[in-house]
Amino acid sequence: MTKSELIERLVARHPDMPIKDVEAAVKTILDHMSEALARGDRIEIRGFGSFSLHFRAPRVGRNPKTGESVPLGPKFVPHFKPGKELRDQVNVD
Amino acid sequence: MGSLTKADISERLFEELGLNKREAKEVVESFFEEIRESLSANEQVKLSGFGNFDLRDKRERPGRNPKTGEEVPISARRVVTFKPGQKLKEKVEMYTDLQTH
Repeated sequence: MTKSELIERLVARHPDMPIKDVEAAVKTILDHMSEALARGDRIEIRGFGSFSLHFRAPRVGRNPKTGESVPLGPKFVPHFKPGKELRDQVNVD
Repeated sequence: MGSLTKADISERLFEELGLNKREAKEVVESFFEEIRESLSANEQVKLSGFGNFDLRDKRERPGRNPKTGEEVPISARRVVTFKPGQKLKEKVEMYTDLQTH
């Protein structure tokens, strides 16, 4: 499912909402979530899961083309932990 | 450091888009439900700019009960993984810069 398919499914589910409101809502939800993570905040969606940042220590990487060593700084990466409901739901046979 | 919840997101839809509170709450609820339903139908979810939710089938592997030390196999299962998109990774790197400089 892509973002535009998600929008179509939400439009079908909310027939009384104008399409442009649904589109704007999807954009705003994703922006809000990205901004929260960019501030270092966690996201906790009950029944779905939580997003947080994981720290990656500095390391020496390598340029795959030249084989040259490249120092890589410390960084944070977004991480998602599925909630119990989601875990159980994808795991039924 | 706070924690963003569905209530915060609905509040923002109310304030920024002028959706009424009921609509805002319902659309946030269905947003996550649709993603969950897609994943439970074994369908990948690709939200450009944010990231992809993928499914991976794991084989059974040996495990251990941490309390008793007893060996218990971890059954084969399907799990959800999240791969952040380029835009999200870049935004989070800016947070890294704030923390480390």
